[in-house]
Parts: sequence; structure tokens; C-alpha cells
Amino acid sequence: MSDETKPGLKSPLRRKLLMGMAALPAVSMLGRPAFADVPATSAVNTTGLAVTDSEVTVGILHSVTGTMAISETGSVEAEKLAIEQINAAGGVLGRKIKFIQEDGASDWPTFAEKAKKLLVNDKCAAVMGCWTSASRKAVLPVFEQYNGMLYYPTFYEGLEQSKNVIYTGQEATQQIIAGLDWVNKTKGAKSFYLLGSDYIWPRTSNKIARKHIENHLQGCKVVGEEYFPLGSTQFNSVINKIKLTKPDVIYAIIVGGSNVAFYKQLKAAGIDLSKQALLTISVTEDEIDGIGGENIAGAYACMKYFQSLDNPNNKAFVPAFKKMWGEKTVIGDVTQAAYLGPWLWKLTVEKAQSFDIDKIAAASPGVEFKGAPEGYVRIHENHHLWSKTRVGRAKADGQYELIYETADLVEPDPFPKGYQ
Amino acid sequence: MINSRFFNRSELLGFLALAVLLLVILPLSLDIFRLNLVAKYLTYAFVGIGLVLCWGYGGILSLGQGVFFGLGGYCMAMYLKLEASSVANTKIQSTPGIPDFMDWNQLTSLPFFWKPFHSFPITLLAILLVPAFFALIIGAAMFKRRVGGVYFAIITQAIAAILTILIVGQQGYTGGINGITDLRTLHGWDIRTDHAKFILYFVEVVLLFGCIVAAQFIRLTKLGRILVAMREQEDRVRFSGYSVANFKIFAFCAAAVFAAIGGAMFTLEVGFMSPSFVGIVPSIEMVIYTAVGGRMSIFGAVWGALLVNFAKTSLSESFPQLWLFGLGALFIAVVLAFPNGLSGIWADHVQPRIDRLLASRKSKSAAGMIADGAPAE
Repeated sequence: MSDETKPGLKSPLRRKLLMGMAALPAVSMLGRPAFADVPATSAVNTTGLAVTDSEVTVGILHSVTGTMAISETGSVEAEKLAIEQINAAGGVLGRKIKFIQEDGASDWPTFAEKAKKLLVNDKCAAVMGCWTSASRKAVLPVFEQYNGMLYYPTFYEGLEQSKNVIYTGQEATQQIIAGLDWVNKTKGAKSFYLLGSDYIWPRTSNKIARKHIENHLQGCKVVGEEYFPLGSTQFNSVINKIKLTKPDVIYAIIVGGSNVAFYKQLKAAGIDLSKQALLTISVTEDEIDGIGGENIAGAYACMKYFQSLDNPNNKAFVPAFKKMWGEKTVIGDVTQAAYLGPWLWKLTVEKAQSFDIDKIAAASPGVEFKGAPEGYVRIHENHHLWSKTRVGRAKADGQYELIYETADLVEPDPFPKGYQ
Repeated sequence: MINSRFFNRSELLGFLALAVLLLVILPLSLDIFRLNLVAKYLTYAFVGIGLVLCWGYGGILSLGQGVFFGLGGYCMAMYLKLEASSVANTKIQSTPGIPDFMDWNQLTSLPFFWKPFHSFPITLLAILLVPAFFALIIGAAMFKRRVGGVYFAIITQAIAAILTILIVGQQGYTGGINGITDLRTLHGWDIRTDHAKFILYFVEVVLLFGCIVAAQFIRLTKLGRILVAMREQEDRVRFSGYSVANFKIFAFCAAAVFAAIGGAMFTLEVGFMSPSFVGIVPSIEMVIYTAVGGRMSIFGAVWGALLVNFAKTSLSESFPQLWLFGLGALFIAVVLAFPNGLSGIWADHVQPRIDRLLASRKSKSAAGMIADGAPAE
């Protein structure tokens, strides 16, 4: 996508000119002297990252081809929007962000190869990327070995914490516990049927859900638990079982294209989601685009962000996103989390006054982003985010209507005691 | 007949050219990151050599070589994972001392089939024997019943799909779709350092040449000739009193062992193994590398694996959204225009010119060099 960092510009006069030019937007925005904002490269970059006096290079590593492209495209778009906005606001420590985009091709080893390329070859100061847990697991050793910084946007199963990763999505407990409490309290739900695609995230999430239901909710029980291979499209037998057991809540963690078949077959089997409560943690506005709003209307989703959120940050974010990527785009939970990545990195760099990975890792806890479309987020000591949990109800137009949010930020707990 | 010598002149040239490229030029000109990529490409060359034997010479098209690549890779990964999951490294788990994904899936003890992989010698044996045994079963079941051709290809493909589903489904025992990740040391030696990658590269190249020599040896024995004969006229071979099935099983097993060596090296070079190398798509890709390189040439298979993967990397770095189309077009073009692949181009267009050049220098003619059934590169 982008070319290599430009060498040259050796004359001190040109360099000063350029520094001045790079800082111009900052001057106009903040009204402060330009040079105060641009510390010397030698001071802010002691480990040889791709930082010049006027530019800093970051990587974007998502699948833009293959089965995951449909999910990851939103993240790429959000990251590019954030980078453009940061550049328009003066960049990071007076330096414009330049990005190099690589394609993970929905293939985990390719992710590892490209991550290595971004860190070793391109010396990226940070990488925004990955989506599935498998791709993150594949790149994690690379980031730890070459000491890079990854901003990972997806809600995931937890059980992980790394100096070299900032998790901008929710870990499992943040997404699950508040939602179950809510459905138990307001809907009086006592029996739950757990469903999921067969891989680590749904399995771990359902494990946490089951422990919470059995140990923490009074008189509640799990009446069934089933898993389906990724990409599966046959749900008739489980739908029959659901009809027989009549659970108060269907708890569904089905991912990707399977969702389309699942919700259509539910509807065809006569299960009316306006009467039968269904709580999902895997269907964002992006998935509804494929499922069709009329097939899923009435279902509840537990997320931290909905496109319909009514707050000033989101009201600026949604139009900006649509202006850049088209009126028809929808913004799901992960897309918003991906948007946080570049901003959190910028704020952390400015707090640390350095691009060095070790200093960023150390400075990350406590960094807060008040401009987040979801409202407000802060980085925890464990490199996950404090954020609110919200429950929305799907409408036929493909949007969620917010019906509940936690009063306070929920603490991230990637290794939850008593839920293992 | 020129088979009095092990390599004829053009093969010897090809061997030397490859040796100079892999042992001298690439290590000197590439940084460790790119060299490690080349090492990754070369792991597919092992599969390619196997396919040349089994498909090019034996006429047995297997669309399931990923199975054997994966079996070899998983055997190696299991050993490395156990070493990385020492009690000290896994204190945080509810059951320390077992791989992390088992702990996540509520296993409380190591499954029995993991236990032998504590031992390095047994692991090395398993890398060779498990795929060979598996290939033996498949081969015996198919070839003894005279299943062949397209049917065999479809069945191998189904086996690749089945194994993928099995691995993904049994995630407590196999790591599921994430695969086996976070591998650190080989017999106490840290494989993640640049130095280790450099050494592993040379180990791999030496193994590769070992496989090339072994494949060449098989090709030149009577066995190799029977393979070609079987491909051309199976019934005549059978009527001559040879057991066609046994020869086919042997070729298939040999290809499986080559693929498994590649898979084990892949795990070492890349640092993890996942079901995405076992399934249908990677298996077909491996056949494509061989087809592009030339299925009749052992060296062609190596070049095919190198060049196609190199194109894959460089195209995807330059055009992240369009590269798959470019690659697809490349395959179609090569297969349509040059059915014998790159080695065919070499044998038909480049080799005769070189020969003519040499012939005009020396008075003796070098004709007959390329008429040896297989266009070597």
C-alpha cells in the first residue's frame, strides 16, 4: 500500500521546514508554538523504530481476502479513519502517521509471517490488527520476540495477557456476566440453552456463562449446551431440542456465516424472538447485514458499543465514518474497538513522551480516551480496557436499540477466579 | 542409456545450481527474516519432491498431501509444546505441566497419545513412521481394491477434510483451530533466536538435498522404471507379473514421508502448527507448486515451491487486496501454456540452446541429454 520511509532530507534547513510544516495543523488547533510539540527523534525513539522527524510508521494487519475479510474490513476502515483524524489533528508527537497495510488472508501462518515483516522489516512503531483468536495466537510469539506493540480489537475469550498487546475489545467476563445478570433480573430467566460455534472463544465463553448461571444466579440452570463446526448451516435438530426443552433464554455464540442459517431456521421453525428471549454476544450490526434485520428482530445482544448509541462522541464518529466509507456501511462493536487502537496508542505515546515499546507498555495503564464513541475508556494494568457493558435489542432495520447499560465501567478480568 | 551415472550432466548442473543458490547466494544476500521465509517455502519443496515421485512418475494424483505434511508437523509440534509446557512455565494453570489449551478445555491429565512425545528420539521416529503407517493403510485399502485415478484423488481430498474436522473438533487434545502455538525450545535449544533460524535453515537445506538424492535414487532403480510403466500401461505391468498395488503403496508412502519431513521442518521454522495446513486448500496448493515447477522434474518441484511462494509473498505485500487474483492468473497461465511447468520450459527452450552452444564449442554432440524420459531442469 505505502512505500518505504523516505530517506534523505539531510539539510538541516529542510528538516526544520518540514518539522514546522508537520506541526502546522497543531499550531492552528492548539495555538501553541510549533517546536515545543516536536521533540527530537533521538530522544523519543531509542530502539530504532521507523520514526523520522516528520513521520512515524504503523502497521495494519487484517484479512482483506478470504473468509474473514467480511468481518475484518470494518476494522481496517475504522483504523484508517482514526489515523486520518489523528493526522489532521497534528499527528503523534508532531509526526504524521504513515501506515503499511498487510493482508493476513484469513490464514494464521500468513498473519505470523506478515507480523514479522511489519516488525523486523518495516520497524513499525505499533501494529493495529488481527481479529480471530487463532490469528492473535499465531502472532503473539512474534510480537513478544521482536518486542512490538499490537492493538487487538476483537472481544475474545480472555486467558491471555501480554506486555506487547493492548486488548481494545472486551474479554469474556466483561461481555457475559452483566448480560446474564440483566436477563435474569429483568426477564426472570431461570433456564438457559447454550449454543456456540466449535472453537475456543464460544467454548470458553459458555464455560464462564455456565459457571455464572450455576453458581451465582439463584435457582438458575443450564438445560442444554451444543457446538457446531465453523461454517455449519444445519441447525434443525438443535432447534427441535430447544422447542422441547423450552428454555427461558437461548444463549447463542454462533459466529460468521453460520448465523445466517441459524436465525433463518429459527424463524422458519416458528420461534418468535419477540416472545422467546435470545441473548447473543456474537452478532453485531455487521452480522445483521448478512442475516437480515427481519430475521433477527427482537433478539438481545450484549456488547459494549452499538451504532445507535446516543452520545456526542458517537454522533461525530458515525457521520465521519460514513463520509469516508459510504452511507451504507454499518459500524459494529469490533469496528468501534478497532477505532480506539490508533487513538489509545497516540495518547500513550504522548503520555510516555516516547515511541519506545517498553515505555509505551509501561505507560499504558491509566491512559484514558474521552473521545471514544462508546463513551469513555481507560486502560487497565492488565492491558485490557475498562468499559461499560450494554444490552441492545435488534430491530428490523438492522440496528440495535439500547435498553440497558451498566452504571459503572466493568473491570476487565482475563483470568477470572472461580470461572476457570 | 545414460543411467550408468547417478545424475546426467544437466541434472548435475541443476543440482549444483540449486546448491549454490541455497547454500551460498541466499544466505549471503538475504537478512534473517527473508531467509526464514525461504526456509518456509522450502518446506513445501519436500512435499513437491514426494509428489513428483508419486504423481509425476507413478501417476497417482494425491490431493491430500497436507495430511502427511500436517502429521509430521503435529508430531514435531507436540514434542515442542510439551517442552514449552514445563511445570515452571505453566504455574498459572489449574493443572500445571500440561499444554495451555488442554487446561482451557478442562483436561486434567496428559492424554496417553501425547506421552511418547516427551522423548526426542521417539518424536523423530514418529515424524517418519506415523505418516508412513497412515499412508500404508490408505494405500493398502485403495490400491489393493484397484481404486485409482480420479477416485483416489477424491478420497485423499476427503481424508484431508476429515482430518481437519477431527483436529478442529477435538480441541482439548489438539489445540483446535488455533493449532499448537507458542513453541519455544528444541531439546533445550531456543529455536526463536536469529542464530537458531540461521542454523535451522542449513539443516533444512541439507535434508532437502538428502531427499532429492533419495528421490533420484528411487527414480533410477528398476522400481522407478516400473512406476513409469505403471503410469503408462498399468495392465501390462500387472500381466508381466508385478504386483501393481504394492509399488503404488510404496510410492505413496515415500511421498508421505517426504511431506512429513517438510511438515516437521515447517513447525521448527515457523514456530507453530495448525489445521490450516492439513485441509483441502493447502493440499491443492501443494499440487499447484509441483505443477508450476513441473511434475516430471525433482528440481522443478523445488523451484516451483520457491517461486510460487515468493510470488505469493511479494504480490501480497504490494497489492494486499488484489494479490489472490494475480496469483490465480499466474497459475492458469502456466498450466495452460506450459503443461510441463517451468522445467518443461527449461527443457524445451533453454536447454537446447545451451546444448547447441556447447556443441558448437566442442566438436562432439551433446544430443540425447534431454531425451531421458523426464525433462530434468
